[in-house]
Amino acid sequence: MTTKISVREVSRVFPVGRQDFTALDRVSLDIADNEFVTLVGPSGCGKSTLLNILAGLDHPTAGTALVDGRPVSGPGPERGVIFQQYALFPWLTVRQNVEFGLRTAGVGRRERRETAEHFIRLVGLEQFADALPKTLSGGMKQRCAIARAYAVDPSILLMDEPFGALDALTRVRLQEQLLATWNADRRTVVFVTHDVDEAVYLANRVIVMAARPGRVFEVVDVDLPYPRTEKIRLSPEFAALRNRVWQAVYHQ
Amino acid sequence: MAVLTDAPARPGAQAPVRHTGRPDRRRTLLLLNLVSIAAGIGLWWGLARAGLQFPTPAEVAAQAWTMAGDGTLLDDATASLGRVLAGFLLGSAAAVVVGFLMGWYTVARGLFEPWIQFFRTIPPLAMLPLVLVLLGIDETPKIFVIFLAAFLACVISTYQGVVSVERTLIAAAQVLGAKDGTIFARVVVPASTPFILVGMRVGLGSAWATLVAAELLAAQEGLGHRMQSAQLYYDLPTIFVGIISIGVLGLLMDRLLQLAGSRVTRWQEQR
Ligand SMILES: Nc1ncnc2c1ncn2[C@@H]1O[C@H](COP(=O)(O)OP(=O)(O)OP(=O)(O)O)[C@@H](O)[C@H]1O
Ligand SMILES: [Mg+2]
Repeated sequence: MTTKISVREVSRVFPVGRQDFTALDRVSLDIADNEFVTLVGPSGCGKSTLLNILAGLDHPTAGTALVDGRPVSGPGPERGVIFQQYALFPWLTVRQNVEFGLRTAGVGRRERRETAEHFIRLVGLEQFADALPKTLSGGMKQRCAIARAYAVDPSILLMDEPFGALDALTRVRLQEQLLATWNADRRTVVFVTHDVDEAVYLANRVIVMAARPGRVFEVVDVDLPYPRTEKIRLSPEFAALRNRVWQAVYHQ
Repeated sequence: MAVLTDAPARPGAQAPVRHTGRPDRRRTLLLLNLVSIAAGIGLWWGLARAGLQFPTPAEVAAQAWTMAGDGTLLDDATASLGRVLAGFLLGSAAAVVVGFLMGWYTVARGLFEPWIQFFRTIPPLAMLPLVLVLLGIDETPKIFVIFLAAFLACVISTYQGVVSVERTLIAAAQVLGAKDGTIFARVVVPASTPFILVGMRVGLGSAWATLVAAELLAAQEGLGHRMQSAQLYYDLPTIFVGIISIGVLGLLMDRLLQLAGSRVTRWQEQR
C-alpha cells in the first residue's frame, strides 16, 4: 500500500497571551491510500487543528504534512473538506452549492450540471436541488455538503465531526451512506469524531489522541470486514474494540 | 450505492418561507394603522378649528391640488428627487467600493479609516458652507453633501459586512479550489449584501435629511426651497404640502429599497 498522507513531527503552537499553547506536539502518522482513518480524543486535543493542517487551512509551526509526497502548502480541490457546521453558501441553492467547485475549476455549464445532478441524486436530494439551504434540515444540509465535496472528485476526504450535530437516526443513515460510497470508490478518508462507536464502526484504524499537549496516544487497528453491517455493530469483536478505544479516550 | 430520501424538513419546505404572522393579526394591525392616521388628521382638524395657527387638512389638500395643477409640486419633487438619487447612488457606490477595499486590504483600511472616522463626526450639512465656496452655487455642492451623507452612512456598514464574513465559508470556498478573486466575487460580496443594504437604508435616510436642509439653505427650486420661500409669506398651507411630500417621498423610497433588499437577501435565515 502506498502512503497517501504522511504527518512528520508536526507541532502547532498558538500564541495565547504571553505563553504559548501547544495544540499539537510532534505528531507523526502515516495514512495509506484508500484507508479510512478516524481521529478520536477528548475535546481540545487538536483533532481539528490536525485536520486543518492537512486541508492546508492552517500551518504547522514545526514539522511537515505531506500529501502524495508533497508538502501541503495551502488548500486545494484534491483534498475535500466537510465541516461540522456544513458551511453551505446560504445564497446558493443546493445545485449551485454542488456546482461551486466545478465552476471554480472552469467546467462547462452542461458537464457541471450533469455532475451536480449525479451527486445530488447520490445523496438523495434531487427533490431539493433548487431549494435554498435555509429550508433544509441539518441532515439534508450535511448531505448537500457531502455532494459538494464529492463533486470536485477529491482523492482525500477530510471530515471534521460531520455528523456531530445530527440526531442518532440521521447519523446512522449518513454513516451507512458514507461507508457505501467509500466501499465503491475507496478514496482516503480522515474522519474526526468524538463518538467512540462511530470511530470504530467506520474505520480501518482509529487514532486516539490525548490533550495537553495534543499528541497521538494510541492507534487501534480495526480488523472487522467491510461492508459493516448491523450484525458487526452488535458483535462481541466490535464491543471489544469499542471498549479498548473507550479506555484509551477516557482513561488516558 | 445507498440513496437516502426522507420527508421535507417541514411542510412546504420548498416554497419560500415567509414569516408574515397570522393574517387576522395583520388585518388588525392595518386597521389600527388606519384608525391612527384618521385620528391624527381629525386631531389636526380639531386644533386648526380651535384657533391654532394651523391650516385645516382641507386647505392643505386644496393647496396641494393647486400646486399639482400648475406643476410646481412636480417640478419641486423632481428637483429634490434628482439630487437625492444622484447623491445617494454615487455615495452608495463609493461606499461599497471603499468598504470592500477596507475590509479586504489592511493597507486600504489603514489609509481610509482615520478620514472616515473624522468626517463621520461632522454632520454632512456642516460642510455646506465650505462646499458652496469651493464648488459654486449650482447643483454640484448640494449633490456633494448628499453624496457625503450617503457615503458615510453606508461605508462602515459595508466594511463590517466584509470583515464579518464567516471564516468557514471562505475556507469552504478555498477547499473547493477558489482563489482570492473568486472568493471575493462569489463569497464575500454576496455574504455582505445584507450589511450593504442596511447601510444603504441608513444612507438614504441621511441623504434625504441632508437634501432638504441643503435646499433650505441654498437652492432655487426643490421642496426645501419651496418651504423656505413660503415661510417669508407665512404661507402655511404650502409649508404643510412640502412637509407631507417630503415624508411621503422618503417613506416611498425607503419601502422601495427595503423591497428590493428583501428580494436580494431572500436566502437569509429569519431571526
Ligand atoms: N486559533 C487558536 N488560537 C489559540 N488556541 C487555539 C486556536 N485554535 C485552537 N486552539 C487551541 O488548540 C487546542 C486544540 O484545538 P482543536 O480545535 O484542534 O481541538 P479539537 O480536538 O478539535 O477539540 P473539539 O473536540 O472540541 O473540537 C484547543 O485547546 C484550542 O483551545
Ligand atoms: Mg474540533
